[in-house]
Amino acid sequence: MGEKKTTKKKKVPQWASFFPDFIIERDPEKCINCRICVKECSYGAHIWNAKKKELSEDHTKCVGCHRCEAMCPTRAIVIRRNPSEFREHAVWTPWFIKNVYKQADQGGVLLTSTGCAVPFRNYFDHLVLDACQVTNPPIDPLREPMELRTYLGPKPDALEVEIKDGRFRLKEPLPRQIKLEVPIMFAAMSYGAISLHVHQGLARAARDLGTLYNTGEGGLHASLYEYGSNTIVQCASGRFGLHVDYLNAGVAIEIKIGQGAKPGIGGHLPGEKVTEEISKTRMIPVGADAISPAPHHDIYSIEDLRGLIFALKEATEYKKLVFVKIAAVHNVAAIASGIVRAGADVVVIDGLKGGTGAAPTMFRDYIGIPIELAVAAVDQRLREEGIRNRASLVASGGIRSSADVIKLIALGADAVYIGTPALIACGCTMCQHCFTGKCPWGIATNNPELIKRLPPEVAYEKIYNLVHGWAHEMKEMLGAMGLNSIESLRANRDKLRAVGLTETEMKILGVKHAGE
Amino acid sequence: MATEIDAKDIHYRDLNRLLRAKIEEGEREFLLRNINGQRYIAAGVSEKVRLEIYGTPGLDLGAFMRGPEIIVHGNTQDGTGNTMDEGKIVVHGMAGDVLGYAMRGGKIHVYSDVGYRVGIHMKAYMDKVPVIVIGGKAGDFLGEYMAGGIIILLGMFSRYPERPIAGIYLGTGMHGGTIYVRGQVSETQLGLGLKPHKLTEEDEALLRKHLSEYCEDFNLDLEEIMKEPFIKIEPYTHRPYGKLYAY
Repeated sequence: MGEKKTTKKKKVPQWASFFPDFIIERDPEKCINCRICVKECSYGAHIWNAKKKELSEDHTKCVGCHRCEAMCPTRAIVIRRNPSEFREHAVWTPWFIKNVYKQADQGGVLLTSTGCAVPFRNYFDHLVLDACQVTNPPIDPLREPMELRTYLGPKPDALEVEIKDGRFRLKEPLPRQIKLEVPIMFAAMSYGAISLHVHQGLARAARDLGTLYNTGEGGLHASLYEYGSNTIVQCASGRFGLHVDYLNAGVAIEIKIGQGAKPGIGGHLPGEKVTEEISKTRMIPVGADAISPAPHHDIYSIEDLRGLIFALKEATEYKKLVFVKIAAVHNVAAIASGIVRAGADVVVIDGLKGGTGAAPTMFRDYIGIPIELAVAAVDQRLREEGIRNRASLVASGGIRSSADVIKLIALGADAVYIGTPALIACGCTMCQHCFTGKCPWGIATNNPELIKRLPPEVAYEKIYNLVHGWAHEMKEMLGAMGLNSIESLRANRDKLRAVGLTETEMKILGVKHAGE
Repeated sequence: MATEIDAKDIHYRDLNRLLRAKIEEGEREFLLRNINGQRYIAAGVSEKVRLEIYGTPGLDLGAFMRGPEIIVHGNTQDGTGNTMDEGKIVVHGMAGDVLGYAMRGGKIHVYSDVGYRVGIHMKAYMDKVPVIVIGGKAGDFLGEYMAGGIIILLGMFSRYPERPIAGIYLGTGMHGGTIYVRGQVSETQLGLGLKPHKLTEEDEALLRKHLSEYCEDFNLDLEEIMKEPFIKIEPYTHRPYGKLYAY
């Protein structure tokens, strides 16, 4: 196959440009020609004609981020779905028609952002929680202590206790643990994919909430070393910005094998996004593509994985926990078992719905399995093999609320990672164009002008508030179930019931149907 | 006087702990004898120490290290110099697979052959330019995904005279850095889109500089090496996947 045919001759029509996704509606009664919309739109959808002193719109450039609508001082703008309709066809929906147009025009791989957008069954929405009635009392977290504290790290097979000076003591010290005040951590999002301000906000929020954030693969900016005790540094296949100081900077090192949004492939940070600051942190030249290969080329087996886990442990003198993150795929339970046996302290499973800054659309939408099924299968398998205590289990991918967090813990996770909710807390409108690097909300960009739109203090406050709210909701839900500690919920699947699931689904999830 | 350690029957964990303790005490020169497969020797060590090793070190010798100079009198296993940052590794024998994976700085000199996927994803930044010199032949995927740095392949001191100087997919996906090969390499061995190029004067000077240090390490004659012309392989673009997508 040769190069794709994209010579832009004028006579070749671009089908995709005929049918924009969105229409920008401007109310001429309200519009005062202030041109804020022109300044705010980083995609160039609003156009000012200086001669005619007129505003116009290029609907084809609108990605539906709603920035102009939000910033318009007279509320003169509304962004609507393009009302123009194709003839109804249950199979050939506009989504598929337009994708074919794009590829016929440009001859490339469809690229997108965020997590799976296909309406597969969302198991979160088919699981309900229990609450106490009459026979056992609920607990009110406003008046009684309620513990969300979670310890990540391997737990011993058995505890041996001795009496020393009249007090009970553990015979052997416990393996190294990481203490989380709330079992919600911030998922790996690299500096490069998101702005430095968001990273600073995540780091500060993690510190004040008593949890951890994850650097992602883009190295660690010099301004973030001070948040070390709330930091997980990531070691992915590109090994960007990875040096001894970086490995020692956090409390844990995460080996990224896979990601729910794009299992089985690596990543390309396009050269346009490699600015001066990014270049310093990743330690690659300005403007060069940052390419992460699909595999770690030193890992072709579980034995090789063990090799890297212990290389990292040796290099950091066994002071850091090693996480291994994989995408949830068909054989996830067996793979997770291998990872635990390879010596990982924490296994991270990222499900089908997990987000990303950039992934081929086919990967985002169709590769991997839902996290709910994966967590249940992994927890069950590790218990059957008697090795569940040897590593903690972190789940991620598609969490939208505190109830989703509670459900994953009841299915067997120790803690969760959230990514997309933290970005939505920062103002993200899910336009799914992170890969362009032009995020008008200043989140998924490193354009020096755009990042000013989201100062680190704002990112911090919003992210902190979100998790603070969720934590309280989780305490309320625990209390309603008569539990006073998150520990009592872990893999306590009796607290879950299914609504409208098949026998097979319930078997995998390990839950009964509602009414049973 | 170098501190001598007899590594016979010592587990890697104990060996590394001992090494680190001695470095902490201020020791800077070490002689390790009877090394037999111990992994991760000097992994993550940031001091400028000198280790002379007799035997065969195991996986990931000098991984992530920043500064040490390691001389191996023997062969090394896979992952030598994995993601290493600064320092030097000299191997008076052969080296296994993924030598210098994601190497970020420093030098690796190997007297004889190396395995598969050597120097893949090496990268350079500012004045940090990693260099690998291989006296023998290399397996498939040499310099795959290379993003920076220099690989010099001589093909002279090989145990396998019948084999081509490098395996297939040489430099495939490379988007930075340079690979120099002594003699010729068949275009069918090269990764997609790559071509052999003639050397410029700057290339010659650069080769001489790196090879004279290599010759000193192994007591070789530079002129003998330079007798045969070299070719160089460079990326055809720094953005190999710039046109891959449709939006």
